[in-house]
Amino acid sequence: MKIKLNIWKQANAKAKGKFEKYELDGVDTEMSFLEMLDSLNEKLIKEGKEPVAFEHDCHEAICGCCSLYINGHPHGPGSETATCQVHMRSFKDGDTITIEPWRAKGFPVLKDLMVDRNAFDKIMSAGGFVSIDAGQAPDANANLVGKIDADKAFDAAACIGCGACVAACKNSSATLFVAAKVSQLALLPQGKVEAKRRALNMVAKMDELGFGSCTNTGACEVECPKGIGIDFIAKLNREYLCASFSESE
Amino acid sequence: MSKFFTSSIGQKFFMSITGLFLMMFLIVHLILNSLLLFGDGELFNQAANFMSSNPIMKIVEPVLALGFIVHIVYASYITLKNQMARPQKYKVANKAKASWASKNMYILGGLVFVFLVIHLANFFWKIKFGTVAAISYDGGQTELHDVYGLVVGLFKGWWWYDALYIAGAIFLFLHLTHGFWSAFQTIGWDNDKWISRLKVIAYIYAVIIAGGFAFIPLFFLVKYVV
Amino acid sequence: MSKLDAKIPEGPLAEKWSKYKATQKLVSPNNRKKLDIIVVGTGIAGAPAAASLAEMGYNVKVFCFQDSARRAHSVAAQGGINAARNNKNDGDSVDRLFYDTIKGGDFRAREANVYRLAEVSSDVIDQLTAQGVPFAREYGGTLANRTFGGVQVSRTNYAQGQTGQQILLGSYSALKRQVALGKVKMFGRQQMLDVVVIDGKARGIITRNLVTGEMERHAAHAVVLATGGYGTIYYLSTLAVQSNASAAMQAYRKGAFFGNPSFIQIHPTCIPVLNEYQSKLTLMSESLRNDGRIWVPKAEGDKRKPKDIPDEERDYFLERRYPAFGNLVPRDVASRAAKERCDNGFGVGKTGLAVYLDFRDALAKQGKKVIKGKYGNLFAMYEKITGEVPYETPMMIYPAGHYTMGGLWVDYNLQTTIPGLFAIGEANFSDHGANRLGANSLLQGAADGYFVAPYTVSNYLADEISTKVPSTDSPEFVEAENEAKAILDKFLSINGTQTASSFHKRLGHIMWTYAGMQRNEEGLKKAQELIGELKKEFWSDLKIPGKTDEINQELEKASRVADFIDLAILIVNDALNRKESCGAHFREESRSEGGEAMRIDDKYSFVAAWEYHGEEKEPKLHKEELKFENVEVKVRSYK
Repeated sequence: MKIKLNIWKQANAKAKGKFEKYELDGVDTEMSFLEMLDSLNEKLIKEGKEPVAFEHDCHEAICGCCSLYINGHPHGPGSETATCQVHMRSFKDGDTITIEPWRAKGFPVLKDLMVDRNAFDKIMSAGGFVSIDAGQAPDANANLVGKIDADKAFDAAACIGCGACVAACKNSSATLFVAAKVSQLALLPQGKVEAKRRALNMVAKMDELGFGSCTNTGACEVECPKGIGIDFIAKLNREYLCASFSESE
Repeated sequence: MSKFFTSSIGQKFFMSITGLFLMMFLIVHLILNSLLLFGDGELFNQAANFMSSNPIMKIVEPVLALGFIVHIVYASYITLKNQMARPQKYKVANKAKASWASKNMYILGGLVFVFLVIHLANFFWKIKFGTVAAISYDGGQTELHDVYGLVVGLFKGWWWYDALYIAGAIFLFLHLTHGFWSAFQTIGWDNDKWISRLKVIAYIYAVIIAGGFAFIPLFFLVKYVV
Repeated sequence: MSKLDAKIPEGPLAEKWSKYKATQKLVSPNNRKKLDIIVVGTGIAGAPAAASLAEMGYNVKVFCFQDSARRAHSVAAQGGINAARNNKNDGDSVDRLFYDTIKGGDFRAREANVYRLAEVSSDVIDQLTAQGVPFAREYGGTLANRTFGGVQVSRTNYAQGQTGQQILLGSYSALKRQVALGKVKMFGRQQMLDVVVIDGKARGIITRNLVTGEMERHAAHAVVLATGGYGTIYYLSTLAVQSNASAAMQAYRKGAFFGNPSFIQIHPTCIPVLNEYQSKLTLMSESLRNDGRIWVPKAEGDKRKPKDIPDEERDYFLERRYPAFGNLVPRDVASRAAKERCDNGFGVGKTGLAVYLDFRDALAKQGKKVIKGKYGNLFAMYEKITGEVPYETPMMIYPAGHYTMGGLWVDYNLQTTIPGLFAIGEANFSDHGANRLGANSLLQGAADGYFVAPYTVSNYLADEISTKVPSTDSPEFVEAENEAKAILDKFLSINGTQTASSFHKRLGHIMWTYAGMQRNEEGLKKAQELIGELKKEFWSDLKIPGKTDEINQELEKASRVADFIDLAILIVNDALNRKESCGAHFREESRSEGGEAMRIDDKYSFVAAWEYHGEEKEPKLHKEELKFENVEVKVRSYK
């Protein structure tokens, strides 16, 4: 089949970008979306044109590299999916596909469809950990973790750090990302010790880095490739408010 | 704690608390207004005059006003900041399935605010600054404001006021469908089980409040005009 | 041929590591802050090593080519991580894990390293749990375990089908904590281009900043490579598309020996190749073989729908050939059996290169709900990729390149033949012999990172406390940078007609055909010839657009492909040299009467470590003889 592409091209972080139109013939429905872009790039290189820069790595929806905003959806059509698992059978012959990078103050564009998601690392450094050095760990069975809590913590921990929540949110808020980490560690006994400090510091860092605030639209949950629920945001709010009213720092 | 007032969650906390307070006010307001539907107005006028002369109201009134102001000021500030979090907009707006109201709370709030200004001019202003006719139910011993007369006069006299009040109720309805459960979510009184429950309760609450307020102009329209 | 010294401590096997720790040289805490360490790679070996060394007080610089440390490919490991905790009271022990690993590796691993791995396995689980990894738990709150192929105990800890992700994120968070404390400096989006060796010791690296294109020089007292495996040599593999062998090849060219390069595990349960555009194969966890039955039609070229083929016309070939282990034979055995069926014309699917993995019986017996609970996410992933629903029709699977047991040769200290250059995790060759057991890869990476490297690197650094970090203006750095830059410029100047990916694809095809699951002398020689031609073509007809001083993904690909080509030559050499079948390395010339792999212990019980001797010369083989003093070397049988 034949498709039309409307892709954001931007030479570097400082350059002014614009949409570029491409046409691609011979697209197979079995191709993955990324393979379609690969074949576009092969074609462009052979024609002596500049290929489109985009990020991808594991192709198993787990590394979180993908950052394509396709026809109004982070990661494209389909629920609980990353771009790498979108296949061209989701499109029809003659379709126009508009591909944009994540748009957020916290995620500046580096080139074309690549954005800088370093902000997430900074938020993690602000408190997304348990302070324990190698060698100090108690026996893993010393702290019992009920199956329900362990499973719930896992649901939150499934976050792949792709930033689709920010990309989908009308406020470019990173609250779901922060909520997932804060909730995961607050649900586990080993993480409870510094839960308050963690919630306060991670939220402060998120605010500092220019992400918006959560207005509970729930768009993040719908677009999250791992289906992380906004009930974790309620938990974050709970953790944060309790910490604010009780922590002396 | 000092960071609390400027943090994204702290600001939302104040939105939530003031929102919950205003929602409680709406319940009281609707209960009082429902008295309009019974009898020839004496009941309502008694209640209205009791409320306006009650010393407690001297405290409640400014608190209520403050509730509105904090809610509006924070909403404006948060909306502005959230706009700034995405300097470059998308060409194709996000199509995620999320309720229209939730994405347009500031616009809905703005429309409710416009309605509120007109509403205050229609009633509050007139009652407060005494351009309302007096009425007595005990042979002239005590004179009361004839608020009932003011209401009936407005709704039977100008049909577009009826339309405006119904429109106001619709905006309020949409604002509340999201606002109600969102308030609980923001203060953390929510979890995966209660999200869907709270959303249902939000709809019930919004239907009762907005439906109740919309019913009053309709009631007088039918009673006096049709 | 020289003999290599693995520096294994004296004494009984079970005491070697404790004795090492008790007698090793130490660096006092106040001296640690004077010492700098470079760690390249942030997977399940690199992140823990960097975090642990920083916790001890060393200054650590960490490099990765991804934008964030959290994206290293360890994140994609599905099944689990082994630990000899005997949680199930089923007779597990350190000795048992040690033996299973040695046997699974077809008696081609170093006893002392494997024993140490088993010894620290329990500590690894404790450490990860303490960091907040949500391992699966029983209702009572204790750790839950599952069973993996090739063993008779239940010792695998897991976090649904995303164990790799969870434990990597645990280590990543430890790393982020050290970044916040200022003990780790993180350098993301950096491609390593060379190791700098000064006076015979590794003293730094050259990198390219992938955003600005600038070349950077970084100096340190020691360099730790945790750069993973090279399964992408086949182009199509279960690895992330950017996983590469470049760091290992740079070390190899600088004098580090490369151990057993031809030992590459082919994973039996992957989604088959669907079309010629495909850029990646997706793994379906080994755990599926607990309930799925593998079969092909008995009649050649049977094109009926699978559900129309009655049981008596199905060939459950694993159950037929290996009645004792059935569908749960080790990976190398399962892969070869599937290939054998397909090569003889019994394969299914459009290409005939697939076999069925059928859940019909398990669904009938256990019900859809139970099966969904066990494998829901895998079934969903399969459906997304193929558009078919495994609850209704059997999955189609085929083997694909997966894990590399081979890697940089290291001694007991995990140090390469270049002093001060360490290789940990999948990047080294050490623990898995000729075939890796399921759920041992995460264990080895984490064990090296948390509990081995911190000791052995300290042991090395103890002699370096008065050494100053060399200046990055020293001639060795300048030369290394110039050489690296010259190669990049060369890629751009060729200005031919073919893209880097197209060369990678062709190389992968050659390797898969002649140096894949089954190898023979004739094929390997043919591969040598073809790779030689491809190499010439690559260096004369490559086309790379753009410039070096900007984000240039094609340029990144080109340097990876160039290294893959050289590594391919080395792999083929090693495969030709080892005229026995062992583990994943199957030489057709060396099989038993039943067609099974046959080791030749009297000739090949050694690690082949290859030394680089310049572009034009053949590499030199060094042997590390393997001594088995604690296990009886037997024929591996799963019948």
